[in-house]
Amino acid sequence: MSKHHITATINGDPAEFLCEPQQPLLDVLRDELHMTGTKEGCGTGDCGACSVMLDGRLVCSCLVLAVEAQGKTIDTIEGMANGDQLHVLQRKFLEHAALQCGICTPGFLIAARALLERNPDPSEEEVRFWLAGNLCRCTGYQKIIEAVLDAAKELRGA
Amino acid sequence: MLTKTMNPEKALKLVGSSPVRPDGVPKVTGLAVYGADTSLPGMLWGKILRSPHAHARIKSINTSKAAALPGVKAVITGADLPDHKFEYVGPERVAVNYWHMTRNIMAREKALYEGHAIAAVAATSPAIAQHALELIEVDYEILPHVIDVDAAMQADAPLLFEDMIMRGVEPAPTKPSNVSKRIEFAVGDIEAGFAQADEIVEMTFKTAAVHQGYIEPHSCVARFGADGQCELWSASQGHFVVRAYTAKLLGMDIGSLLVHPAEIGGGFGGKTVVYVEPVAVALSKKTGHPVKIMMSREDVLKATGPTSGSSMKVKIGVTKDGKIVAADSTFNFQAGAFPGSPVMNACMCAYACYEIPNSRAVGFDVVSNRPKSAAYRAPGSPISAFGVESVLDVLAKKIGMDPLELRLKNAVSAGSPTAWGPKHAHDGFKETIEALMKHPAYKTPLGKNQGRGVASGFWFNGGGESAATVHVNEDGSVVIATGSMDVGGSRASMALMAAETLGIPYEKVRSTVADTASIGYNHVTGGSRVTYATGIAVVDACKKVIDDMRSRAAMTWDVSIDDVIWEDGHARVADKSTGDHAPLSLAAIAAKRAVTGGPIVAEAAVNAGGMAPGFGTQFFDVEVDPETGHTKILRVVAAQDVGRAIHHDYCEGQIQGGVVQGIGWALNEEYIYDKEGRLSNAGFLDYRIPVASDLPHIDVVMVEVPNPNHPFGAKGVGEVNIVPPMAAIANAIEQATGKRMTSLPMSPPKVLAAIDGE
Repeated sequence: MSKHHITATINGDPAEFLCEPQQPLLDVLRDELHMTGTKEGCGTGDCGACSVMLDGRLVCSCLVLAVEAQGKTIDTIEGMANGDQLHVLQRKFLEHAALQCGICTPGFLIAARALLERNPDPSEEEVRFWLAGNLCRCTGYQKIIEAVLDAAKELRGA
Repeated sequence: MLTKTMNPEKALKLVGSSPVRPDGVPKVTGLAVYGADTSLPGMLWGKILRSPHAHARIKSINTSKAAALPGVKAVITGADLPDHKFEYVGPERVAVNYWHMTRNIMAREKALYEGHAIAAVAATSPAIAQHALELIEVDYEILPHVIDVDAAMQADAPLLFEDMIMRGVEPAPTKPSNVSKRIEFAVGDIEAGFAQADEIVEMTFKTAAVHQGYIEPHSCVARFGADGQCELWSASQGHFVVRAYTAKLLGMDIGSLLVHPAEIGGGFGGKTVVYVEPVAVALSKKTGHPVKIMMSREDVLKATGPTSGSSMKVKIGVTKDGKIVAADSTFNFQAGAFPGSPVMNACMCAYACYEIPNSRAVGFDVVSNRPKSAAYRAPGSPISAFGVESVLDVLAKKIGMDPLELRLKNAVSAGSPTAWGPKHAHDGFKETIEALMKHPAYKTPLGKNQGRGVASGFWFNGGGESAATVHVNEDGSVVIATGSMDVGGSRASMALMAAETLGIPYEKVRSTVADTASIGYNHVTGGSRVTYATGIAVVDACKKVIDDMRSRAAMTWDVSIDDVIWEDGHARVADKSTGDHAPLSLAAIAAKRAVTGGPIVAEAAVNAGGMAPGFGTQFFDVEVDPETGHTKILRVVAAQDVGRAIHHDYCEGQIQGGVVQGIGWALNEEYIYDKEGRLSNAGFLDYRIPVASDLPHIDVVMVEVPNPNHPFGAKGVGEVNIVPPMAAIANAIEQATGKRMTSLPMSPPKVLAAIDGE
């Protein structure tokens, strides 16, 4: 089976990889590019742990074929902090104890950033509905919601 | 947030605060290494073939075609693993039988549930490994299966084990059955007790099997060397227990297996046992290469966990003035394909909140063609509580008493008897009820189709074996290590306790989890035992280095160690009359360590007793849509006695998380089987755990009645919070609709059918 040669931009950097036609983007990120911050919780698009941005769109990377990434930009959790400066959402998740085991956290952070880029001043209900595609089994979501609302507030300079 | 601190022994500087966890940054940047994130040079991919049948005799397995596929390095079946003696070992409440365990790791004579592991391959790529599985030829003789627990107990039910004789009955039955064990706890005189009752209610209930639902599937990497030494990277709730089980199952010396604690993506009890680890080690041994195995979500749902579904009968009698005089219940628990449901816990916890002079709880541990049950958050207790707390609600209405008042009237406190012997040694339960009585929201008026329900819960909490080390570095920073997996912020609570004890800032303590070769034995992170038992070990180790530093200060000052005290991170002379010595800070003593005796280090090991149980009381406000039967949770107030919160926010988070798991159990989650005994909802789309938009704010009331046996008063907080929700929600639905739901989950179709009188 011949592999496809794909070039893409990942977290702002040029990247290239070989992949099989049926290989999900998630597997390429984790197994070929060794970017294991994007997590697999289900492989069927139900849990959101593998959330990444693909050309600015929030997707489950387990539902995207790696070959679809040709010429596109991918943003993963590894590119969220700016050097040693955490993104406000990352800092707020820590300050609010919004993670217990942490396996869902990268997906929540990617999804929450996508929300705040579209809607800098979401209501609690809007945050809860936007994040309904991300499963967390530890926290009961309470502290995640608080962290996102607090981050939104800080980002707005409110 | 109401927090009540009773009898504070002294003002604490750090305990009870909420600093950022030591392992936080890697977990928000994607750099933390979880079970599936380790890869090794030369690594192969392992995959497991699973039974498509619920019950089948394995007549033969032909692996030759799979083994011949280029890229396949090994194929194994159950025959490649050593067999074990049939015996139950360990305390009865948690006994294991390695004859069963090895057959659950890989089937031998029979496949006992859909998803049961049949064979495994290791190959150079996941795709080749998958192809190889398709080339394995298994000749199955399909057998009749049984899924439902009541059906499995019938005399004509298909037998999973043709020679299983029920234990716990004298004389032993002569005929085999699917009932592994009968257990009974009884006190007083049941008949006389019910004779005193003014109101008696007897009801039957059913609960569905539910999965722990951790987001991280099981995964591990094993590397077995030709010298017999093996290393294993595994995400579990206890790497020492993974080591013990894996070594035992494979006939290895425990010392030749080193287990590295990968970060764990949730466990809730389900990662206290092994599934893929012995298989990966066996494949690595056979191939001479590292082998990685990752389960899919479908594998997780079909072949790990869940906790038992059940059927039960609960009968309770009360007097007009609200005294519970008798209780008599029977609990039938699905064990899954092998014995070992938490039915004994269920019997013990059933009435543990209340002083009931005459009570009996009978439990049956029943096998059926389902995955072997595993521990899930307060295993057993939520199930019996659903029955008992529902019946209490009915009784409260019958006698016209507020349900909290009925509970308070009968609540246990220190000195109350238990059904299993020793008296309760701790208070804390009544305080949770009183906290809700005083809560402003408890009197909030309800609208149309709305209802309010309360329930309480008990969990033993754990102590047990833990070890910790403390190293004081030459610059005054400190490193602590334990062998307790951090599944929800325990590194932070360990650091808080160490910093508080040593009298140094939290930021000066680096808190780590060490591998099995680098620290003494630690039992699993489970049973709500780590903050208690491992916390005691950390504090003990800190006290040892404090004594060491006092002695070094005494040597420096040429005084007796008895004249040196440790206060706020400094050695000081107790009495100025022994000399006017300026206090020596921990950093100053550490700087001189080489000339005062060398490394400043201590290890402490404990087998901690004296843990206090967890008590919780919660109320739920719900609104039921009469058109759809959908139940919306409007408000939750969860009161729990935490002894003393060590890390405030992680403590609160445990309670919020447990409540929400309980909401899922109450309203949505269930294992659904088709006629062939195959799981119909083996994915997160159809096995629906709660999402953020399903939920309201979860209001937590932490009641603090310190446990004097812990240096800071801590009690386990992780589990009891999942006990009350199912009954509390059923009680609220009853108030909203007038219909009593007795079967979990209380999903919209069931509630609608009840409303429509079907």
